Amino acid sequence: MYVIKKYLGIIWMLLAVVTIVLLVYAALTNISSEGKTDIHNPLPWIIIITIYTPIAFGLAIFGYYAFKEEYT
Amino acid sequence: MSSNKGIWKIIAASSVGTLIEWYDFYIFGSLAIIISEKFFPSENPTTAFLATLATFAAGFIVRPFGALFFGRLGDLIGRKHTFLLTLIIMGGGTFLIGCIPSYQSFHLAPYVILLLRLLQGLALGGEYGGAATYVAEHAPAHKRGYYTSWIQTTATLGLFISLIVIITIQSSLSKEAFNNWGWRLPFLLSIILVIVSIIIRMKMSESPLFAKLKTEGKISKNPLKESFGKKQNLKMVLLALFGATMGQGVVWYTSQFYTQTFLLKTCGLDSTQTNTWLGIALLIATPFFIFFGWLSDKTGRKIIMMSGLLLAIIFYRPIFSALYDLTNIKNKQEISSVIDVKKIIHPSIAHDSLIIKTTQVVYNDNSKMIVEEKYTESVVKAGNNKPQEFKKIVTLSNAYKWKIIGLIFILVLFVTMVYGPIAAFLVELFPTKIRYTSMSLPYHIGNGVFGGLVPFTVTLISTMPGSNYLSGLWYPIGVAIICFIIGILYLSNKNNELSEEENFSNN
Repeated sequence: MYVIKKYLGIIWMLLAVVTIVLLVYAALTNISSEGKTDIHNPLPWIIIITIYTPIAFGLAIFGYYAFKEEYT
Repeated sequence: MSSNKGIWKIIAASSVGTLIEWYDFYIFGSLAIIISEKFFPSENPTTAFLATLATFAAGFIVRPFGALFFGRLGDLIGRKHTFLLTLIIMGGGTFLIGCIPSYQSFHLAPYVILLLRLLQGLALGGEYGGAATYVAEHAPAHKRGYYTSWIQTTATLGLFISLIVIITIQSSLSKEAFNNWGWRLPFLLSIILVIVSIIIRMKMSESPLFAKLKTEGKISKNPLKESFGKKQNLKMVLLALFGATMGQGVVWYTSQFYTQTFLLKTCGLDSTQTNTWLGIALLIATPFFIFFGWLSDKTGRKIIMMSGLLLAIIFYRPIFSALYDLTNIKNKQEISSVIDVKKIIHPSIAHDSLIIKTTQVVYNDNSKMIVEEKYTESVVKAGNNKPQEFKKIVTLSNAYKWKIIGLIFILVLFVTMVYGPIAAFLVELFPTKIRYTSMSLPYHIGNGVFGGLVPFTVTLISTMPGSNYLSGLWYPIGVAIICFIIGILYLSNKNNELSEEENFSNN
């Protein structure tokens, strides 16, 4: 169990990076002046990416702590 | 610890205030369409911008910021005065929303409404942590889950009461009167409840654990730095967020709010039927917050919260699929239909006359459907038969009532499992001197950000190729799976004692 908890830490760190990359990609793909819903509006994306960046950073720190066996 | 009689006064005073804050926060959401018409006309780009800001900033940014701001204050000056302040801000903000003249007569109204909505988000961010901490610090260890679970009922009851108040006012007034001034009543009514709650809270004394720390001069000098700058505490904040509140937030939002949107928009169910049946299911499920809070004192918090997450992961798709099938008219046999066509002649442009085609269909199980299609004559003459506006409303027969309520009840039951024990779980993770700050942030990021993102993400997923009516559920299911794995592996099932200093344990 300790080994699983430790090496899943790498997954959590990678997940943090992937989440931000996916969010930015989704924002660039969907922002459009022609669309009428929120997903086409840049403002929600700016707010979401701004608030999610420190959260993803927190997930990476969580992964780092898990890898360093801080949770065992 | 407080006497048996004393603890119920504490629970009542804390819960009523929190209930009112949730009510205040929800009525803005429930009346969003009218508020948008009155204050944020969509043809004006500035007001449309402010409307989007009000929707997203209040939940995503201001709630976590309120958690930090009031959490810090609560760890510096005490729980009592802080959550008294959040109640005053929330109540004052809500009352003022009901007083602001509409955009037509007051062009600064959108800015004022935005400011008041942000204040509501700020106050909500500070309220919950204070109430949960206050009750937990009065409760004996073996009943902490049970006593704090009363606070957990307030979010659901707040939604229920907001629905009841709005439905009652709507049904007592004409549609015109409600649209003109009646929508203000739920906001104005709030002030009476807030004043009563303020008077009750003012008579309460400070939490005994905080008062002891203060007397001994042991309160934190910098709660933010101690909460998030010290590795020993930060790692527990991160664990609380990714192993508990993140999953709880999406389950909470999906089961209570997305269900309503799903029934109204995806299934096209009549709004009165949807809200009434949702309200009944919420009411029946509410005692289970207390049951699971009580059970968590016996079995440990983790096992109940993780079971709730797992059940949501497994059953979300089958339950939403069943709701869709029950309301789907393709599964019913049509026995009669009446088509009515009305033409409203435009006063000056003859070819722009509006044609409204209403089709009423009755099915073999007594369910009904009304389809309203709107065309302009000029478009029809140009050979385009696609309606410019299409509205489908399904009213199910009473035979479906308990089936739908039963399914919603199961969805809300998942919420009661993940949410009932979480206040006790969070307060036990952190030491008294930084408890308010440390527990408030993961709670509001979990609920406000991860939970609040459900409607946006559902819309996003529905635009992807190959998506169907259930595809949007992959967001809450995905978040719940990650949270479940983290929670199962890294959280402890042992209920901790409330400590003055750090006393962390996970597995």
